[in-house]
Amino acid sequence: MSKTAVQFRHNGSDVAVFVDGGANLLMTLREGLGDTAPKYGCGQGTCGVCTVLIDGEPHLSCLTLAETVAGRSVETADGLKNGPDLHPLQDAFMDHFAAQCGFCTPGMLMAAKALLDRNPQPTREEVVEAISGNICRCTGYEPIINAILAAAGTRGARRA
Amino acid sequence: MAITVRTFEKLGDAASAVMSDRGARFLAGGTLVMRAINEGDVAITTIVRTSDPALTQIRTAGARIELGAGVTMAQILANRDLAFLHPAARIVGGPAVRNMATVGGNLFAHAPYGDFTAALLALGATVSVSGGYSASDTPLDEFLSARDRGGTRGLVASVTLARPAAPDAFRFRKVSRVKPKGIAVLSIAALLPVAGGRIAGARVAYNGLSPAPMRARGVERALEGRSLDEAGIAPAIAACAEGISPSDDAIASAWYRREILPVHLKRLLLGQA
Repeated sequence: MSKTAVQFRHNGSDVAVFVDGGANLLMTLREGLGDTAPKYGCGQGTCGVCTVLIDGEPHLSCLTLAETVAGRSVETADGLKNGPDLHPLQDAFMDHFAAQCGFCTPGMLMAAKALLDRNPQPTREEVVEAISGNICRCTGYEPIINAILAAAGTRGARRA
Repeated sequence: MAITVRTFEKLGDAASAVMSDRGARFLAGGTLVMRAINEGDVAITTIVRTSDPALTQIRTAGARIELGAGVTMAQILANRDLAFLHPAARIVGGPAVRNMATVGGNLFAHAPYGDFTAALLALGATVSVSGGYSASDTPLDEFLSARDRGGTRGLVASVTLARPAAPDAFRFRKVSRVKPKGIAVLSIAALLPVAGGRIAGARVAYNGLSPAPMRARGVERALEGRSLDEAGIAPAIAACAEGISPSDDAIASAWYRREILPVHLKRLLLGQA
């Protein structure tokens, strides 16, 4: 069976990768590009650990046919940092102990980034809604919510 | 086994491709087909797609509203003209799922999913199916019956429904144990047109209480000519279990679903939180 070449923007860089028919974006990122930030959890669209941003909007990469991202922009948690500097969300997750086992963290970060990019000063309710598709089995969610709100405050402070 | 992916410019060509290949499945948002592939469904040998822009169009001019089958829940939430549908679209998954899940896909999402379809059923939606070189419009309840008999031929092109006469004439409630989002124990949708203070022509639909979304015809009959107050809705509450056949599953038992149905139907009809 022949493979199909798919070109897209991955964390700001143009990439091309050959995919099998029916391959999902998650496995293309992990096995084709070596970006292991998005994780494989349920494979059913329930857990949110594979969340990436496609053209700035959150999508579940395990349910995304790889060929459909041709010509589009894909962002993963691996692209959040800027050299040695972590993204404010990553700093806030560390400061607020928002990760325990860490498996949900890449998906949580991307869901949170999508929210803050669109709404820099969200309410607590809006944060809860933004991560409502992401399951965490360790933290009880409170530290994650607090971290996102803190990151929003940091970003706001930096703008001021 | 690798899967063949075929992409067509026109929906009609995609429909022909699906109809001519038993192993073909149409891919819209991916939440059903990619899930099946991830679970190892070897019956899927071909994925059919289309780039036809008609599939993602929303037409709200006039009394009838047409939603392309590829319209996502996020698109519905972004459209102010569809505010009456927002409660039903908002409860579909988290933001990532809503960016992917489509109107057409929801018609094929079996319980405990498919809550949006219950809303469409209460709103009296019709389904336009493209059969390659032909197209047909079918009332949603007939479409769902055909779906469960395996008798759906072609691709869903769009769903058409009438705009409720008043903003509060359409009500929707999803009951789930996990907050803010969880799989539905059941959901209820009700179109409650009022004339002279009395209900006239109510349409009520359930999801999660039968194999497919269903009309609550006993409730509809009992509401006719009544007012939406405690005494007026009492016969409807008494008739609420008519025709239901809930299942035991990991979300809830059939007994639990029967017990909570009248509670939530009453709250919905009285406009209580």
